[in-house]
Order: sequence, then structure tokens, then C-alpha cells
Amino acid sequence: MPAQNNYPEIILSVDQINLSFGGVKALEDINFDIRKKEIFAIIGPNGAGKTSMLNVINGFYHPQHGEIRFKGLHRKQMRPHEAAVQGIARTFQNVALFKGMTTLNNIMSGRNLKMKSNIFWQALYYGPARKEEMENREVVEYIIDFLEIQSIRRTPVGKLPYGLQKRVELGRALAMEPDLLLLDEPMAGMNIEEKQDMCRFILDINEQFGTTIVLIEHDMSVVMDLSERMIVLDYGRKIAEGNPDEIRSNQKVIDAYLGVAHSN
Amino acid sequence: MEILTQIFIQPFFDMIGDPILFLQVIWEGFVTGILYSLIAFGFVLIFKASGVFNFAQGIMVVFAALTLVGLHENGVPAYVALPITIFVMYALAFSVEKFVLRSLVNQPDIILFMATIGITYFLIGLGESIFGGEPKVMITEELLLPYGSITFFDDMLILQEIDIAASIIAAISLIILGLFMGKTRIGIALRAVADDHQAALSVGVSLNTIWVVVWFISGIIALITGIMWGAKSDVSFALSIIALKALPVLILGGFTSIPGAIVGGLIIGVGEKIGEFYWGHLVGGSIEGWLAYMIALVFLFFRPQGLFGEKIIERV
Ligand SMILES: Nc1ncnc2c1ncn2[C@@H]1O[C@H](COP(=O)(O)OP(=O)(O)O)[C@@H](O)[C@H]1O
Ligand SMILES: [Mg+2]
Repeated sequence: MPAQNNYPEIILSVDQINLSFGGVKALEDINFDIRKKEIFAIIGPNGAGKTSMLNVINGFYHPQHGEIRFKGLHRKQMRPHEAAVQGIARTFQNVALFKGMTTLNNIMSGRNLKMKSNIFWQALYYGPARKEEMENREVVEYIIDFLEIQSIRRTPVGKLPYGLQKRVELGRALAMEPDLLLLDEPMAGMNIEEKQDMCRFILDINEQFGTTIVLIEHDMSVVMDLSERMIVLDYGRKIAEGNPDEIRSNQKVIDAYLGVAHSN
Repeated sequence: MEILTQIFIQPFFDMIGDPILFLQVIWEGFVTGILYSLIAFGFVLIFKASGVFNFAQGIMVVFAALTLVGLHENGVPAYVALPITIFVMYALAFSVEKFVLRSLVNQPDIILFMATIGITYFLIGLGESIFGGEPKVMITEELLLPYGSITFFDDMLILQEIDIAASIIAAISLIILGLFMGKTRIGIALRAVADDHQAALSVGVSLNTIWVVVWFISGIIALITGIMWGAKSDVSFALSIIALKALPVLILGGFTSIPGAIVGGLIIGVGEKIGEFYWGHLVGGSIEGWLAYMIALVFLFFRPQGLFGEKIIERV
């Protein structure tokens, strides 16, 4: 092992991923590595394939070619359930919460895989199931405090403003105690104050829990502040990779964002 | 004027004039209705878990009843045939998930619907080739179901004991299923899937497990319905048309609402019996066959989302 000391440990490798829908190539020959405990960003114009990339990583989409290696395990195809079991959690571009449930129960649903007791335990012998529920409740309460959402614990999430819904969704993902957290535009639709809060939470999660984070975000100042490294996608291809300074001065990136490179 | 009186006044006089007969009609409707409720419950479950309208629900009723009776005909005692049939329904659920749904995941709903039509014809073929196509008699007695009748009000109100048993069993099944959905982890996971597919998947709910569970529960419901319905008529492929009655029930109750399925089933069951009995003669009888669809159609105009269904607002 000492030989590896100079190299950062890789938690996830994306290898030659190709994904298409009918004729539309959403991702073409995508390669990149994500290092343990870093905050990594995926940026690019709308329709570039960012969300599709996350969907491949957590098993929603199955690429036609290429594979994902997560914590040393090769995966050509992975089901979302398996991704969750292995420690991948995520949030969605258009908030996907259980609208009728309270904040508490939404976050509690993130404990789904941590609950061992099955139906029969619950039906026949309530004791261990109850104890387990209490232990999981503690984790959930900790997350609620961490995200400063005590006041909305009992509110059905459908009634919450968008910014808070995004925060609850983050809470649910955190409740899974993931090794890799995928955030799809966590700050979209937020005001400045909410964005600042969200940035702070992302940094705190990364520091306090050592969670590796992959972030899709449009706000460049946010991305440059938060992430150590990033890739840029455009029309399903990776056009650049590097740290914020390298990306800022990359001509291809500038072209993609200004639309120079595209004839139509 | 004569006809208007017959439509709008006479039937109500008849109801008030002979309230015990009216009660009898309501009871008959209730007994049918609770079976509709059960079938609709099976539909709603699968629809909530996968967005599929399961065309095979009706044939599952026949297939389950046929397996049970067929095993018994071949010398298997009822108390062994019943668990075997339950196991067969599990095997069916398992196979549907493994060989059909799994490979069709992410396909449009219409493809999945077509797949359930495929399953229907597969089950018809399989049932016929194993057990033959002739109608069979349900083994009511061997299953310890009662067959006498109880009378009230000087024999004016007659309740068949099998109907009472059917109602009680159906009611107990519905209560157990309700508790299962509300209290157990898998039930909660199922509700989560129904609420938001992606969210449920992202927290590690296994869709494959959920599918096996919902198809198995639907299979059990089909078996219960098949036994009860089979006891009233006989066990034949014609039985599968009662599943078509679930359609107006679902329109009434809403495709995603379990309470809706139950209430809708009772409304349709009672409604069509009352309609048949008090108004049927005006149009030459047997309006029972289509009245349910009429009720549902009228209802569609006023509440397209059903009694309990959520209002669907498409954002564009
Ligand atoms: N489920 C899908 N079916 C068909 N096309 C899809 C699907 N998901 C994504 N796409 C297509 O893939 C491309 C990339 O989309 P997406 O990954 O959502 O981009 P981004 O998140 O960067 O805005 C788009 O052209 C989009 O229309
Ligand atoms: Mg996107």
C-alpha cells in the first residue's frame, strides 16, 4: 500500500461510457475518475448529458457501452437498488420527494436499507423492530438538526417552498450515510440566501462526514468555489477536465458556453 | 306522463312499500360489490406499483380457481390443494417479474399493457391444456364454506350463508391488506414507489421485489375472488369477464386509490342490483350488464379523477 500514498484514492471510475436514446447520443466515450472525499463538479450547457451521467452512475440508465467501477467493483449494469446498497445516494434536478409524507418520514425513508427487521419481526415480535426504529430515529434527528429544519419536521413536504424541499431531499440522501453523494442542481431555483446555506451544507457534509460529492450546478461562481475538480460536458462529450483555474481559461469551455463552437 | 311516473316515482314507492325486499336487493348488491372491490384492489395495487393496467387480472381469477379445483379433481385433498394453489400464484408472480417485467423496465406503459395481454393468453392456454376447458364446480364444501341460508322477518329476507362468508372473508382480506400497506416495511416501500418512483429507487427500494410482492398479492386476491365467485356460478373462463366490471369501479374510485376501489366496488355492486330490480323491466331487463359502465361514464363528466383519486394537473 505505501506506494499508493502519492496517489489519491479513486472511489469511482467512469470508463468509456456510451449512452443513447434511439438516435440521440446522450453520452459519448465519457471517462473520468472521482477521488475519495473530493467535491467534483459536472458542468455544461442544458442537454449536455449531465443528468444522464448521474443516472448511469446510480443505475437508472444502463449504458450501451462502457462500465463504472465503484469502490473497486466493476459494473456494466447496475440496478438503482444495488447502487444504493453500495453507498450511492442522490438528489434530483426536479425534487423527487414523497409529497404526502412529513419531512421526518421523508428523511426516515433514507434509512430504508439500514432497517434489518422484516415484516415477520414487525408482526410477531415488536421489540427489536421498535429498538431499531428508535436508533434510526436518532440519526434522522441529527440530520434534521444539521440541516436546520427542526421547524418543519412535521410538515408534509408538498406544502414546503421549493428551497426547503431541496433541503429535505438532501436530508433524505444524507440519511443513507452514503460514501458517494450525487447532487443534481441542488441550488436551482433558490434565492441568494438559500444558495449560501446550501453551499455551507455541502462543504460541511464533505468535511464532517468525509462524503465524496458529485455536483451538477449552473452557477459558475458556486461551482468554482465549491469544487476541487470538474469535467465539462457538451453535446454528450467531455470537452474539458481540470481544476477551476484550468477550466476558466480553457478555450473549448469558453466556446461551448458562448455557443461559438456550434454552427446551428 | 305514464313513463315518467314509472321512471321517477314508482320505483321509489316500491322501495318504501316493501323495505325488506329493498334490503334484500341491497344485500345482493353488497355481496357482488365486495367482490368487485377485491378485484379492483388487485388492479389498483399493480397500477400504483408499476403504472400498468393489468389486463391479466381477470384471467388470474380463473387460473387460480381452476388450479384449486383441478388439483382436487386429481385426488389432492382441499387442505393440500389450497397451499399448492397459493404457491402456484407465487410462482406466477415470480415468473411475471423475472421473464416479463424485468426486461420491459423503462418501456412505455402501452408496451407493459400489451405484455399483460400476452400474459392473459398465456394463462388461458396453460389453464386449458392442463385442466381442460369445461366448466367445473367449486369445491365449496371441502373448503368448509357454509352452504345453507339464514332467514329474517318471517322468511322475507334470505341471506345465503356462502354470501355471508364471502363478505366476511373479503372484509377481513381488505383489512389485512390495509394493515400490510400501512404498517409493514414492504407496504410502506410500496407506497413510496407509488408516490415517487425515482425517489423510492434512490433510497434503495428494490423494484423487482415490489413487483413480485404486488403480483403475488393480486394472485391471492384473485384466488379469494375465484373461490367466492366460483361458489356462486361455476369455474370457467367466462369468469374472467367479472374483471371487466373492475373498470367502472376504477373509474368511480380512481385508479390510484385503495379506499376508492373498495367504495367504488360497493357502489357499483349495489347500484346495478337496484337498477336491475327497480328499473330493469322498463327496458326489458338485464341492464345489470351495462349499467355499471353508464354510472361510470356519467361520473367521468363530473369527477374524472374518481371519488378519491388525486386531481391530475399536468404542468406544461
Ligand atoms: N429518458 C430519456 N429518454 C430520451 N432521451 C433522454 C432521456 N434522458 C435524457 N435524454 C436526452 O439526453 C440528452 C441529455 O439530457 P440530460 O442528461 O438531461 O442533460 P442535462 O442534464 O445536461 O441538461 C438530451 O438530449 C435529452 O433529451
Ligand atoms: Mg439535467
